[in-house]
Amino acid sequence: MTIDWAHAWPPFVAAFLASTVEFVEALTVVLAVGAVRGWRGALTGASAAMFLLLLIVAFLGPALTRIPLATVQLVVGGLLLLFGLRWLRKAILRAAGIIPLHDEQAAFARETESLRREGAVRKWDEVGIAAAFKITMLEGLEVVFIVIAVGAGGSGLLLPAGVGAVVALLLVVFLGVAVHRPLAAVPENTLKFTVGVLLSGFGTFWVGEGMGLAWPKEDWSILALVAGFLLVALLAVRVCRAARRVAVQH
Amino acid sequence: MVWLRTVVREFYGLFVDDGRFAVTVVIWLGACWLILPHVAVGAFWPGVLLFAGLAAILVENASRRARK
Repeated sequence: MTIDWAHAWPPFVAAFLASTVEFVEALTVVLAVGAVRGWRGALTGASAAMFLLLLIVAFLGPALTRIPLATVQLVVGGLLLLFGLRWLRKAILRAAGIIPLHDEQAAFARETESLRREGAVRKWDEVGIAAAFKITMLEGLEVVFIVIAVGAGGSGLLLPAGVGAVVALLLVVFLGVAVHRPLAAVPENTLKFTVGVLLSGFGTFWVGEGMGLAWPKEDWSILALVAGFLLVALLAVRVCRAARRVAVQH
Repeated sequence: MVWLRTVVREFYGLFVDDGRFAVTVVIWLGACWLILPHVAVGAFWPGVLLFAGLAAILVENASRRARK
């Protein structure tokens, strides 16, 4: 299969950035499990979850191709839109200072403290395996959804989206092994803001296609939608800051 | 069945933070799905209307949350 990179880079970038956010969050907990309960449990739990996620992708990917494209675009696009707008709304509120930023270092401290209270570490450490499995599964499912949703809107898009997620996984694992602590320096909210904008643009496009709307310039409308959501999100940050100032004054 | 409840809760949480926000988006998408394909306003405007509604919902909901 050949990839037309003129159309493939948007799903690649969207899946890469979104997966990076999810893998960084998973890495924080896996590192905490490794540091407190030992690396055998951490790696066993994370590997088992990765295997299960691969099975889900292997099952869902081909299954989606049997459903009419318009139905997939409408349903998956709608879910992608809800997912992307949820991220964008949260990133706007964080950028405006309405809700606190996510802190990987604090999450790591909370997780290590909670794992220490679970008692002595045994050879087959169910606590460590379960904790690593659960976080890898939860964050991994979000990655699987993003890859399938971004890639399901057209032929030949699933592969670049999948490649984006795999590159993100390799990058986060490499950085995790290299620095051996949570990746607190990753600008999580900027990434979430960017991903929210991208996924909202994709979601709107797929939903429109599923509804039977004719987008001007076809796929290039995605770029216009992404630019539109970026402008609206930047405006929303200003509006939220002003609204908070007024609310505090009264 | 605790694990099943956890799976359902996590799946729901993927798409819904603020119930009112999610419901408004779904209602807007439903309205667009029913109306826009039947409106003869050229190829450009239906997409613009779909986007404009979503943008308005996003800004209104975020600013309402900021005022709380």
